[in-house]
Amino acid sequence: MLIVLGRRLANVIPTLLAVVALVFLLFSVLPGSFISGMNEDGRSAMDPAVMERMRKEMGLDDPLLERFAKYVVNIAVGDLGTSFRTREPVTKMLSGRIWPSLKLVMAAMTFAILVGVTLGFLAALKPGGLLDTAAMVGAISGLSLSQFWFGLMLMYLFALKLQWLPSFGYGDGGLRNLILPAIALGVGPMALLARTTRAAVLDVLNADFVRTARSKGMSERRVVEWHVLRNALVLVITIVGLQFGSLMGQAVVVEKLFAWPGVGSLMVDSVFQRDMPTVQGCILMIVLFFLAINTLVDIAYVVIDPRIRYR
Amino acid sequence: MRKLIWLAAAAVAVLGAAAAEAQDTPRKGGSIRMTAPYAASFGSLDPHVTPRAQDDIVNKAIQRTLYNWNTSANKLELELAKSVSVSADGLTYTYKLRDDAFFHNGRKMTADDLIFSYTRIMDGSKGYPGARYVRLIKGAVDVEKGQAKEISGLKKIDDFTLEMTITDRVDPGYYFFAGTTAILPKEEVEKGNFASNPVGLGPFKFKEHIPGSRVTTERFDKFYKPGKPYLDKLEVLIMAEAAARDVAFRNKEIDTSILGPAQYVAYRADPQLSKGILEVAEMFTRAITMNHDSIKPFQDKRVRQAINYAIDANLIISRLVKDKAYRATSWLPPSSAAFDKTVKPYPFDPEKAKKLLAEAGYPNGFEFELTTSQNESWGLPIVEAVIPMLAKVGIKLKPKLVEVTVLTELAMKGDHQAYIGSNLTGPDSLATLRCYYSKTPRTACNYTGFKNPAFDKLLDDAAQEGDMAKRNELLKKANNLLYDEAPVWFFNYNKAVMAYQPWVHGLQANPTEITHQYPEEIWVDANSPAK
Repeated sequence: MLIVLGRRLANVIPTLLAVVALVFLLFSVLPGSFISGMNEDGRSAMDPAVMERMRKEMGLDDPLLERFAKYVVNIAVGDLGTSFRTREPVTKMLSGRIWPSLKLVMAAMTFAILVGVTLGFLAALKPGGLLDTAAMVGAISGLSLSQFWFGLMLMYLFALKLQWLPSFGYGDGGLRNLILPAIALGVGPMALLARTTRAAVLDVLNADFVRTARSKGMSERRVVEWHVLRNALVLVITIVGLQFGSLMGQAVVVEKLFAWPGVGSLMVDSVFQRDMPTVQGCILMIVLFFLAINTLVDIAYVVIDPRIRYR
Repeated sequence: MRKLIWLAAAAVAVLGAAAAEAQDTPRKGGSIRMTAPYAASFGSLDPHVTPRAQDDIVNKAIQRTLYNWNTSANKLELELAKSVSVSADGLTYTYKLRDDAFFHNGRKMTADDLIFSYTRIMDGSKGYPGARYVRLIKGAVDVEKGQAKEISGLKKIDDFTLEMTITDRVDPGYYFFAGTTAILPKEEVEKGNFASNPVGLGPFKFKEHIPGSRVTTERFDKFYKPGKPYLDKLEVLIMAEAAARDVAFRNKEIDTSILGPAQYVAYRADPQLSKGILEVAEMFTRAITMNHDSIKPFQDKRVRQAINYAIDANLIISRLVKDKAYRATSWLPPSSAAFDKTVKPYPFDPEKAKKLLAEAGYPNGFEFELTTSQNESWGLPIVEAVIPMLAKVGIKLKPKLVEVTVLTELAMKGDHQAYIGSNLTGPDSLATLRCYYSKTPRTACNYTGFKNPAFDKLLDDAAQEGDMAKRNELLKKANNLLYDEAPVWFFNYNKAVMAYQPWVHGLQANPTEITHQYPEEIWVDANSPAK
């Protein structure tokens, strides 16, 4: 297990370096800078002398390589730089966003797993049945929905029409505000999980060992619980891991729509305003999250299926 | 039964009367939930750091500047001073400061706080955006360059008297009403975490900031305007997504919202929502800025006029902008004192345009590249409507799409033949018109490269003129001359539209930026659902 973790960690560093380099490069060819962006709507007139000073202060005039080297050295000691627009450390800005982001992602994933796996499982038990058809139609629609549109519809139905939940915002950070954005974000992975679970369970149901179990007189309930579920879980966990890991990055649209203060909305805002240190910080955060979840998934494999070994 | 009905009717009448009364006299208490629509977060709550309109929504509640914009009188007025006297040469201003203004930490404001704040803004190592205004004070540049520690033009006479010497004969109100010149308490700034814990002189004190979500403020009891603010609590909720804002507003979760063209149509058509619409001609002029140095045709006044004749601006405003704009009849906006109400817009007259083009030596037209953003009110959709109109008079237009962020950079570099954009054109009319002064460099807003000796002379005279009424007359002439010279295609002035709930009162139609409300004037009825 330790070796797995060690190898993972060794992989993380070059991955991060590559990400940082790529973002640096992309931003250097992207037209527009933070300073010209301050005047984006003609509302905030700037004068050339101040712009000059800001460029200097932010080191925008330094050569790309020099900036990159500095940045990498600083990251090594945990310093993500200073945001252009707030002039505060990026680590501080990120720290305020991580918890809301995690909450949203975890709530969305919980919704996706509970609904998706259950639906997929039930659908597989009676393939071609009414529930199966309904669940798969639902899953395909769920996969093809636009988060933005679906989120708006949720707002419209549950906030405006039914008055059950607030339509937007963070509130006190409690469940009431979390439900709608979590569903909007979770519906995609939910649909995918439903389909994957169904396929995996069907696959296992036809396996030899299930037939053996049945033929030796095991009750159907025990067969499903003991043999089918456990074996189907390996594939399901893989999808859960992949979806979970990338969800933080996917949350951008939902976060902006529901005014949810997560990493995604911070990143989009920072891209528009060319606040490069913050964008870098957000991307690093999202990548780290992805890698962390995948490591957890690798560990989960071993726990669920002792046959899997890492060498 | 009948008795009961009578009783109920009487009760309704009494309640109705009470409600009617409530409409007239401001009610104390309650809270308001305003929205910040321009981005998904605030830049900073340190007002010196950020020039963004979004951030100033909160700053208007927490912070105060030496001057403010009085919307009902449509002019600047003193905010942190009770009176001011001006020397004969118009360069030395002696302010009698308020002796009743307290910071939220309980300390009284004195002249030292103004000196500290202005000196901080001039810190050359920081590049604070407000430096462009404070630079007006004599000696401020020396501080910026690191050659002096103190601004020589600022002199404390006593705790509540400040003498300010400026370098130009202008009204300093235009400079010191900007949010980036707010007066901050030194002891709080020096603690080092001011942006997380802002302290100011405003009617509301900071309570909580959830980055990316909202700022909450509470009434400050020692605010210097007696009886104000009325509200106990003011929240500014970040809502960058117009569609979500619409749902939240209809669901009564927010008290104010900013409307785009599509929503403006929907709200006006709704019998209930249409009662709560605040409109104002903001000080933004939308235009196609032609770069006269780029291609030869633009150097000819007749060509530029032809473009103004050839485009049916009224049609575009009504069909595409959904009447959420006012036709521009000059560079300066209607709220400017130098605006001439008698000027008629260029009529839509393609024949005249063709004639002018032929006279200028372009009977077969010419071709130019127009840089544009995606903006729905002054971007690609407008350009798409303009293309066929100009094609009819022989002018071929090639659109080039860029991000909004890039427009300014491009304009400063002169890397364009023409671009369409929104321009801040107030409230300082002299400074606004200087963008067409031949000696103004391109980097400092002369994006056309316009050169006209008569115009320069008018501006020089206006700058020399100490009498503001006479100065405005000169500026009016300059503004009219500019309209005739047509260095740009004059499109429209933004009509900013704010929707508000029926229980909200005291909102101001601020032409400098509609979201910038002086919140001490706002009050809400008892039936407001906000807690």
